[in-house]
Amino acid sequence: MKLSVLQQSYLNRRSNSFRSSGPLDSSSDSAIKSPAAIFWLVLHGLCCLISLVLGFRFSRLVFFFLFSTSSTNFYTSPFRSTAELAKTLDVRSVLSTNPVSNIELPLLNKTAMNSRVVVGRHGIRIRPWPHPNPIEVMKAHRIIERVQKEQRFQFGVKDPRRVIVVTPTYVRTFQALHLTGVMHSLMLVPYDLVWIVVEAGGVSNETASLIAKSGVKTIHVGFNQRMPNSWDERSKLESKMRLRALRIVREKKLDGIVMFADDSNMHSMELFDEIQNVKWFGAVSVGILVNAANTDETADQKKDEEENARMPVQGPACNASNMLAGWHTFNTLPFAGKSAVYIDDRATVLPRKLEWSGFVLNSRLLWKDGGDKPEWIRDIDMLDGDIDSPLGLVKDPSVVEPLGSCGRQVLLWWLRVEARADSKFPPRWIIDPPLEITIPSKRTPWPDAPPEFPANEKPVIGIQEPIVKHTTKTRTSRSKHRSKRKHETRTDTQVSTRHSEQN
Amino acid sequence: MGKCFWAFLFIAFGFAPSITAEHNPRTERISGSAGDVLEDDPVGRLKVYVYELPSKYNKKILQKDPRCLSHMFAAEIFMHRFLLSSAVRTLNPEEADWFYTPIYATCDLTPTGLPLPFKSPRMVRSAIQLISSSWPYWNRTEGADHFFVVPHDFGACFHYQEEKAIERGILPILQRATLVQTFGQRNHVCLKEGSITIPPYAPPQKMQARQIPPETPRSIFVYFRGLFYDVNNDPEGGYYARGARAAVWENFKNNLLFDISTEHPTTYYEDMQRAIFCLCPLGWAPWSPRLVEAVVFGCIPVIIADDIVLPFADAIPWEEIGVFVAEEDVPKLDTILTSIPPEVILRKQRLLANPSMKRAMLFPQPALPGDAFHQILNGLARKLPHQKSIYLKPGKKILNWTAGPVGDLKPW
Repeated sequence: MKLSVLQQSYLNRRSNSFRSSGPLDSSSDSAIKSPAAIFWLVLHGLCCLISLVLGFRFSRLVFFFLFSTSSTNFYTSPFRSTAELAKTLDVRSVLSTNPVSNIELPLLNKTAMNSRVVVGRHGIRIRPWPHPNPIEVMKAHRIIERVQKEQRFQFGVKDPRRVIVVTPTYVRTFQALHLTGVMHSLMLVPYDLVWIVVEAGGVSNETASLIAKSGVKTIHVGFNQRMPNSWDERSKLESKMRLRALRIVREKKLDGIVMFADDSNMHSMELFDEIQNVKWFGAVSVGILVNAANTDETADQKKDEEENARMPVQGPACNASNMLAGWHTFNTLPFAGKSAVYIDDRATVLPRKLEWSGFVLNSRLLWKDGGDKPEWIRDIDMLDGDIDSPLGLVKDPSVVEPLGSCGRQVLLWWLRVEARADSKFPPRWIIDPPLEITIPSKRTPWPDAPPEFPANEKPVIGIQEPIVKHTTKTRTSRSKHRSKRKHETRTDTQVSTRHSEQN
Repeated sequence: MGKCFWAFLFIAFGFAPSITAEHNPRTERISGSAGDVLEDDPVGRLKVYVYELPSKYNKKILQKDPRCLSHMFAAEIFMHRFLLSSAVRTLNPEEADWFYTPIYATCDLTPTGLPLPFKSPRMVRSAIQLISSSWPYWNRTEGADHFFVVPHDFGACFHYQEEKAIERGILPILQRATLVQTFGQRNHVCLKEGSITIPPYAPPQKMQARQIPPETPRSIFVYFRGLFYDVNNDPEGGYYARGARAAVWENFKNNLLFDISTEHPTTYYEDMQRAIFCLCPLGWAPWSPRLVEAVVFGCIPVIIADDIVLPFADAIPWEEIGVFVAEEDVPKLDTILTSIPPEVILRKQRLLANPSMKRAMLFPQPALPGDAFHQILNGLARKLPHQKSIYLKPGKKILNWTAGPVGDLKPW
């Protein structure tokens, strides 16, 4: 009984206080004269004051529930939602700014008996530490991997073959840079992989330590000659090294698709998907990134730029019926006489006519008695010289399969960038023992530096002073410049604030 | 010799099932409660008579506002068009099993496109007065063999606010009719026993046009785009979505596995195809078109709405396809989702990849076999034959025509 009166007056109160000047309901201003209503008005005011003081919404609802019995069916007590005002109005004023928090208002939770979902205001459940759990993140990543594996199985290449990657390399400054790039690409390949690394100058710890981090199956072989210093000689030696690797494929009877990944090239992941389509011998388009460095003749340069506006591409050329019709090769004429000869020349490095990396072949072509080997393949052991590109292995170049939608997709890029021949680098890129000469920087807190003694300070200051003077010069010049623009009465403060800011 | 023979037979029988079994690893057949119910053909199993109402109930309303054809309540309009040209339509009402009244009750839109339900009760009431006076079939059963499509927020309660809707309850004159509605929640006033729950309308051409190649790897773990707080209508929080969406935001806004935000990206459909789980939490009402989008794009729906009744629940085993999370378990959503075994996830994806599943959620124009229109007819056919008790003695009245708020009784 009393409860219903309380409810009733509460409802009146609430709808009164949140009504705006709309033509919505009528009158209830006249109803405020009853003592219960006055009591609630006073209580409301009291709660407002308490809320202002405390800073969160101290709702009368708490009182309501303190004094109510538990047998009320909360489901039927209609709390007027503010959505009623949605059509006509603006946001009603909220007493405080704490709408979303861990207020576990003991309101309207499910009445357990008939598991009804209740309308009304619910608390927003936030767990105590709403941040990701690393173990669950790892589980989620495993789920994602499994789903993607399934997707590849369903939509990707059927029966993927193992990929045999041949990389010639040698120890030099940029080896770590190039080889790490290739290594990371190979680590991402979703197929079985064998990486044959042939190293000029013999097997070294540098290379071995680099490729050990890859996690793919590697065959590391040394080649007894040292890498010469000219680009021509280098590419000849690389061809020999690649043939050495092909002999390994033959000896071990490795089964799969052989591709040539030079250590300074860049490969896209689509390349590895595309080469799975090769039957016997395929060719892809290689983008040639030629560093046209140090050309001072502006007129010639402009002409060159117009002609070579697109990136030159080496690879198969197809006719209208998507059959192999010829080859795109790199136009070396503009660079005739200006190309680099030695490895550390700063001139442009030119590629060969057709790079090895643009070709892939089925490893069965290299086996001694491959059985169903086509007859247009030459035996490696029967080669009477060195070959410049894998086309030397085929008697009839028209059998080559163009890949990558007939050469239209560029799937890898060729680049040759090397450091000077006399450049040094720390072995295995580890600085050991630590460097001895250290200069403390003025701004960085240097934890091991001793407290500044005047005796020690002199030489240090001696080095730093010119630097300090220089910066203060620039500072004052800047502030003077600025203060000139500002109003005169404020110059002094401007200058001092500038100093303090910059300090 | 004999042993060899038996061994051979044994091996042959062992292999035979595996050879003859259809090995289609990409999809899996959904077995509904009564066999492959999704592929049933309703033609021949029921007959529907479509009342000819004056165009002020349907065509004129649509002419006034053609936006009704593309919003999520458009099912009522397309159902009418489908029935007009369907094989189940009969022009002879005496042989009809079901009677359909074409009223576009949800087509009164605000300038921003939200439907106002204030006139709908009067409209329905006036239509029913018309059909009960012009044809004898309403009075014969007081509507028990009639069905109405009421795709609004809370179905035939005709209000967008849940409390008001509950107060009004289902329109009294529709108490005996079968309601085809999008709203479904157990133990709720606005879901009548025997109603057919349908998916909200989602534009099929738009979705088909934005398909990406299926080999694109799914790299988003959980995806959601939408509001978490409805600042205009619920500035304090706690009312909208019963606090569940706000809980999702507060608990997982820092979690990189959850790609959730309130933005409206242009790549929404493409992103869904790159996600493994798509959240479908309740909003002001428990249903949402996200479920349809998730099913069409192969993203496992994570349904956060207590006691919700999903579309065609008697034909589609939603428990096997989606993940249900109770609203109180939202803070543990990441634990729940990561602890699902990968085989279960792959199975759900295979079930979702089934084309009949995707078709059943859509309302294509023109209708295709197995689509949502046919599922509605299947649902109606499953309710046949009508019980004899629905046929009332002449002159007997069960419905109270004057029940309900006074405003509803005004003529339309």
